[in-house]
Amino acid sequence: MNPSPPPPPPRDPDLLEEALGLGRGGSPPWRLAFVEDCVETSGAFVLHHFLKRALSTEGDGTVVFLGLAQPFSHYDRVLRKMGCNLSVQRNKNKLHFIDLLNLEFLDEKGENDREIGFMDLYNRILRSIEAIRSKDNNGGWTTIIIDDLSHLEIAAHGSVKHVLDFLQYCRSLTSEMDCFLVILNHEDIHSSDEALQMLSHLDYISDILIKAETLSTGIAADVHGQMTVVIKDAPGGLIKKLHSFQFKVKENGVEFFYPGSRF
Amino acid sequence: MATAADGRLLGARSANTSSFSRARSSPSAVLPSPPNPGVKVGPNGATFVSSGIPDLDRILGGGFLLGSLVMVMEDADAPHHLLLLRNFMSQGVVHRQPVLFASPLKDPRAFLGTLPSPVSLSKEHRQRDTLVDHNQQDQEKGLRIAWQYKKYFGDQQSSQIHNRDVKQEFSNDFDLRKALERQHVQYIESMSIQDIPRLTILRDRCSNFLSGLPRSDGGNLSAGRIAIQSLCAPQCGYAEMDWDLVAFIRFLRSIIRSSNVVAVVTFPTSFLSPAFLKRWQHLADTLLSVRAIPGMFKCFAFLMRSIVWITWSYFQLFPFCTSDEDKDMAKLLTGYQDMLGLLHVHKVAHNNSQVPTVLEASTFSLKLQKRRSLVLERLNQAPVEASSGTSYSTSGTCSGPSKGSSLDF
Repeated sequence: MNPSPPPPPPRDPDLLEEALGLGRGGSPPWRLAFVEDCVETSGAFVLHHFLKRALSTEGDGTVVFLGLAQPFSHYDRVLRKMGCNLSVQRNKNKLHFIDLLNLEFLDEKGENDREIGFMDLYNRILRSIEAIRSKDNNGGWTTIIIDDLSHLEIAAHGSVKHVLDFLQYCRSLTSEMDCFLVILNHEDIHSSDEALQMLSHLDYISDILIKAETLSTGIAADVHGQMTVVIKDAPGGLIKKLHSFQFKVKENGVEFFYPGSRF
Repeated sequence: MATAADGRLLGARSANTSSFSRARSSPSAVLPSPPNPGVKVGPNGATFVSSGIPDLDRILGGGFLLGSLVMVMEDADAPHHLLLLRNFMSQGVVHRQPVLFASPLKDPRAFLGTLPSPVSLSKEHRQRDTLVDHNQQDQEKGLRIAWQYKKYFGDQQSSQIHNRDVKQEFSNDFDLRKALERQHVQYIESMSIQDIPRLTILRDRCSNFLSGLPRSDGGNLSAGRIAIQSLCAPQCGYAEMDWDLVAFIRFLRSIIRSSNVVAVVTFPTSFLSPAFLKRWQHLADTLLSVRAIPGMFKCFAFLMRSIVWITWSYFQLFPFCTSDEDKDMAKLLTGYQDMLGLLHVHKVAHNNSQVPTVLEASTFSLKLQKRRSLVLERLNQAPVEASSGTSYSTSGTCSGPSKGSSLDF
């Protein structure tokens, strides 16, 4: 019997991982990351990147994924092209996918339904984390990924209070259960005057902001956009570090590079 | 031991114990050449239906993706979104795909009278058309008034759009001067969304439409189409229902995601607040916008006041719109006089992929070819702005032979 081949050497961290402090193993120095995007440039690829990274064989990470925007089959197909089989991971109890494509807290009966609805959702997340932890996965950490926040707002019928309460509860999970929270948010929805309140709240509770936007010069085939990573020294505190680079999204992953270093 | 093998196979099929299943019975098998021309299979398991405008299908990389939500932002100055809706529904009729049409008109069937007919292939067919028309006017051949969809399927009568005379291809050219006959339009389900008290009525209608769709049309892939016109227009009466509307769109998106339906929703952007406009745009899988051509809209606003069928002879008036702006535009864009409007592609649905679709050009001019069918042509866009979609900074032209002068704004 041949011995199993040695595991491939860990690849160098890409620019995003370096910016997030994920490069050299160990737990990242943040708990709550917001990914912001706009209509012209979708930031979903960042979530896929996190998903793949968390489920990679190098770490023992586990994921609880709230799929509000797309069905499971979509993520399965996308990640498969990136070299990660979500169905297998789900069977191995490393991924808990909560399908919320049809999520609605029916409003006819009254406001209480939203509270109950959010409580149910929070409990589901809690149960998923406990289920993951109860098995042998106690090496790595759990990442909770929410795709995306605007769907939660629609389900909450616009109630900022309920959404923010829910986020606070989820944030408390990060310290209690030692996990990480990555949430996709559409920044351009909240940048108008009427919705600025939400944006400032989100800014307050986050540790890290990953922003994907279009290039100021327009759309290009080689460079799909630019990415800015803002790291704060404390939630809601001053900006400690700012990273800026560009990206190109491919079927099997994302390329990050500094402006001008690609030709 | 062929017989033993056969016996085993037969036994397996009847006892259902073996994991062997013949490829033909597997629903996920890709048919080598689907006899249904209305649905095209693309890479990654994507299935497309035609938008009714061959150029648009090409631009979008195949057509409208089944299971996706197409949203069209209207322009208050010109009703070009109606052209898209008309072609979309006519294409569904030609391919016998069920269509649900929701409109803020009190009587949506009036709009259905304006659906264009596919271009006939030859003169003799045109002659045949008039003969058949005459017969149908006599109502002799037992054409019932209340068409049931299934009944229409089983009807062996020659209907000229479904026999071999009109080429059964994926995407048809439609003659905007010629209306689709009443008989074909009868089975389009339509409903009015004017002043309905709750959006749940529209939701239920869409759900029922989806559940009533044939899953597969005798082994071929089938498709359905939902067309919703001017969803947030004031006459619908949804003034205080911003969140209900966006929840409806989210609901629609979720139910068609795993179905074989494509939904086209047009909406006037001026009646949405900026935040909600962004929400709607984010929910769309494919996002298009139609614009009037600056300078021409004065003529348009006068002409396009009514929603009644407009004959294209009105466009003879264009040479007489000789304002200064028109003269400037005519210098910058060749074929300006033939242009109806502009179409901008903001977002293209991509199937199970994270790679964004980057188009070489995203703004196109809507034109009439031979004064009857809709074509889209490219414009050169000056690369001065980010993709905010303002198409007024067009310069030069690449439509037609290279005699256009390229002037920068």
